[in-house]
Amino acid sequence: MRHALSIEPMPTSRQRPADCAEPAPYLQISDLWKTYGDFVALRDISLSIARGEFICFLGPSGCGKTTLLRAIAGLDLQTRGIILQDGRNISTLPASSRDYGIVFQSYALFPNLTIEQNIAFGLENTGRSKAGVAARVAELLEMVGLSAHGKKYPAQLSGGQQQRIALARAIAISPGLLLLDEPLSALDAKVRVHLRHEIKALQRKLGVTTIMVTHDQEEALAMADRIVVMNHGVIEQVGPPTEIYRHPETLFVADFIGETNQFPASVLRDGEVEIGHSAFCCSTEDFSAGHAATAVVRPVDIIPHGADAHAANASDRPATPQNLIDAEVREMEFLGMFWRTRLTAPRLGERTLVADFSVNAVRRLRIETGGAIQVEIPRERLLLYPRGA
Amino acid sequence: MNMVLEAPHLPVIGKRLRQEASGDDRIKLGFMAVIGLYLIVALGAPLFVMLSKSLSTHRFDLAAFEFQVSDETGANWGPVVSAADLNRQLEAVAESELSSSSDGRLAATKFFPEFKFRSPVHYRIRGTTDDAAFLVGSTLEKGTEWREYDSGTFRRVVLRPTRSLGFENFATYFSTPALARSIYNSVLMAAISTVFTVSIAFALAYGLTRSCMPLKGLFRGILTIPILVPSLLPGIALVYLFGNQGIFRDWLLGYSIYGPIGIVIGSIFFTLPHAFLIILTALSVADARHYEAAASLKASKWRTFTTVTVPGARYGIVSAAFVVFTLVITDFGLPKVIGGQYGMLAVDIYKQVIGQQNFEMGAVVSVILLVPAVLAFVVDQHMQKRQVALLSARAVPYSPKPNMRMDGLCLAFACLVSLFILGMIAMCQIAAVVKFWPYDLTLTTKNFAFDLMDGGGWAAYGNSIRLALLTALFGSVVVFAGAYMVEKADGFRFGRGLFHFLAMMPMAVPGMVLGLAYIFFFNNPANPLHAIYGTMTILVVSTVTHFYTVAHLTALTALKQMDPEFESVAASLKQPFHRLLFRVTVPVCLPAILNIAIYLFVNAMTTVSAVVFLYATDTKLASVAVLNMDDAGDIAPAAAMGMMIFYTNVVAKLVHALIARGLLARTQAWR
Repeated sequence: MRHALSIEPMPTSRQRPADCAEPAPYLQISDLWKTYGDFVALRDISLSIARGEFICFLGPSGCGKTTLLRAIAGLDLQTRGIILQDGRNISTLPASSRDYGIVFQSYALFPNLTIEQNIAFGLENTGRSKAGVAARVAELLEMVGLSAHGKKYPAQLSGGQQQRIALARAIAISPGLLLLDEPLSALDAKVRVHLRHEIKALQRKLGVTTIMVTHDQEEALAMADRIVVMNHGVIEQVGPPTEIYRHPETLFVADFIGETNQFPASVLRDGEVEIGHSAFCCSTEDFSAGHAATAVVRPVDIIPHGADAHAANASDRPATPQNLIDAEVREMEFLGMFWRTRLTAPRLGERTLVADFSVNAVRRLRIETGGAIQVEIPRERLLLYPRGA
Repeated sequence: MNMVLEAPHLPVIGKRLRQEASGDDRIKLGFMAVIGLYLIVALGAPLFVMLSKSLSTHRFDLAAFEFQVSDETGANWGPVVSAADLNRQLEAVAESELSSSSDGRLAATKFFPEFKFRSPVHYRIRGTTDDAAFLVGSTLEKGTEWREYDSGTFRRVVLRPTRSLGFENFATYFSTPALARSIYNSVLMAAISTVFTVSIAFALAYGLTRSCMPLKGLFRGILTIPILVPSLLPGIALVYLFGNQGIFRDWLLGYSIYGPIGIVIGSIFFTLPHAFLIILTALSVADARHYEAAASLKASKWRTFTTVTVPGARYGIVSAAFVVFTLVITDFGLPKVIGGQYGMLAVDIYKQVIGQQNFEMGAVVSVILLVPAVLAFVVDQHMQKRQVALLSARAVPYSPKPNMRMDGLCLAFACLVSLFILGMIAMCQIAAVVKFWPYDLTLTTKNFAFDLMDGGGWAAYGNSIRLALLTALFGSVVVFAGAYMVEKADGFRFGRGLFHFLAMMPMAVPGMVLGLAYIFFFNNPANPLHAIYGTMTILVVSTVTHFYTVAHLTALTALKQMDPEFESVAASLKQPFHRLLFRVTVPVCLPAILNIAIYLFVNAMTTVSAVVFLYATDTKLASVAVLNMDDAGDIAPAAAMGMMIFYTNVVAKLVHALIARGLLARTQAWR
């Protein structure tokens, strides 16, 4: 998981069209609540999803993301609220009358049926001819690259293969909506990364509107057109991965996605905050002077400074570095793609600053444990949130 | 920004949404109602009727009837007198005769010693309360209106007792020393048998799981044999071995086998497999890591045994103890055969009902018998809930290391117990095929000429096979469908909970009690289901119900192992539930269903307790024939019939194993 944090999420090809006249959303959820006795699992959720979009519900366990998915599927009815799918009110329809395919974390493949029979399960009984069903099954097997395994039983396949069969079974009936409930979390790390590309490619090819529930931020960043970050039954932020990563709207989102350094801070005047014992430049809109805040900066955003002026992201920085501080390297941890360092800086007070430096930078600037360096906290990467939020 | 800081949200107001029911839901609901109704009719209602029966007393309330007698002309009426006053003057009916049963009748003419048939005198009768009832011939009259009869008709007027609720029956029961003594006897016998059985079962299970003794599979097979025979059979074997003509009679040092000794030995025989299997399961889930930890801490063998082995199997031991206790206290066959004059509760019910036709007292004993059984059941359920937390998914299976002394000891003990079990069976086998044990050991088949004796003959054996097959077939379907509803139906929470509770109840209801409850419920002409009384149907229904719980739990366990999302997937693929049920759920659960079928078959062959009240002349059963032939003194034929049941069950087990293997090869290729 670590290595991906050092890489900026790739902008995805299917961004939401900017500001042109939007077509009616494919799926619209309004004022949705789900309560279990006194416990509120979903609190006033409203969300629009466009046709063909790939949406991820992301959040820690218990945040309500699976509950929301199951409400959309009609498996656990919401307490209140309306769900419109393609203009049709499906709020209270039974699951079997809705239009979706679903893949579960457990795959839920029928163990006593062969792969072919599993995929054909939803196709039989629908007025198709035997040959028609067989052709469709062959096509789907081809699509997920498992044509050779049709006669086998699920238990004879690997986890990744089983998951692809579950996917094939779900899309066999050409549903308008594809629901994926933590589809990859039972798999090995390698298979997971591989399969996530495959699912994404398949989704793009079919153009089917897809909602995936995950607690794995890396997965969400890599796959989603838009991410819906949830916590304690509410939506914290909705947006494309880059926006979620770069401009988290709440401290929770900042903290949940990627790593953060957090410092107590207070706003001195417009454009300046006090952290520890000294002032730092940053954007202070929404805050007035004297306001207590939490200042957040990501370890990857901290820039090491040395003699070399032609550093990799030189173009990102203003000519004269602001927020430049002297620091001492206390610990260094080699994590393969980069070094994680723990720094102490008199200007920041007692707190440790975690910074991730590229292997290159460490070599070039001769950063070593016990050494002194200068680091820059870029003005635009220092984010402020209300204290205690 | 700052979405989290928004003001507290609106409370949820307005109507809760309700999901529209799909066609499937309606079918499921209907299905569930049918099966729920089955359990209510087959269990809840009969038990309720029995309970109310035990609390009702019937008594002739003489103050409730008034008479008027005319003169010879039939036109002038004398004074109004109550039956109570008349009785005071005449003492026609003794006080004790006023206590009656639900069928009690008292002739009105008893109060008129001068009554003459075909005299011109007319009689009037009325009740003083609305409930006062009397019969004229077979017509029921009720109420406070005067009714006038000529002497010819008045002869046919009989008073009916009034029913009142109360604990009088129980008071009578406890003031009858012989009956109340049975409670003490039953508890004592059950407690002693429990101590012996559980100790023996634990030692055996310990040997099979913790030592390297040879022939474990063989011993396991031998130890389960007693399940295949009726509990009467060890009684018969004991009669042959230690009875008045028994070869080992002297071993008892003058004590009689008829009574406590016989009951305890026989109980150990027939309860051993149950206790053994439970403790075996509890010991098999041992975690090797605990033993490694104990060894690394240099704990002695004994310390390891007391701190690791015993606590690990604690719940198994307690559970086994309760099962044995309940089995012994509710068993009827064994004490009937070997109990002699030693009163036991279950036998009391039989004697009260069959011997004395005293149904109310039978109901009272039943209720008393329910108490320990229900208590044991509740405690056991509680223990089982805690057992779950004990198992960890990461446990490493324990494999014992060879130890000559230990292994030899375990083998010797297993041999000894096997000898006991095989000896009892062999004794019955020998008794069944020789002319007159132990004096004339010529081989003969005369003991199998059942048609020459009382008890039902070969027809009874045929009936038993029919009952067993029907129970296995009908029972597996009902049980599996019920468990499917409990586990897989969504919604109807309350209904499912209630159904599960009803399904768990038969475990706590002794067969005798169930049988008696069936008499009360189904032998009531007012019951629309009266028609099944005395038929094979009622035997099947009672047997399925009697053995419902274990079968239900087996089905439930199998269903719980299935992915709960299968139903969701099928719904998303717009497939009806029955397609998933027959394509996936049933095939995957087939091994469990077959186990349920054989369990029901074997028990239907051996059971005596519930059906002994319910069979009719054309539905006599083999197990009941064993009882009746033994009762009539035809002990050798009884042993022969008992062995027929044993052979049948062995064959059934073999057939089951074959079918299971064949079907599994076809439908469970994925395993």
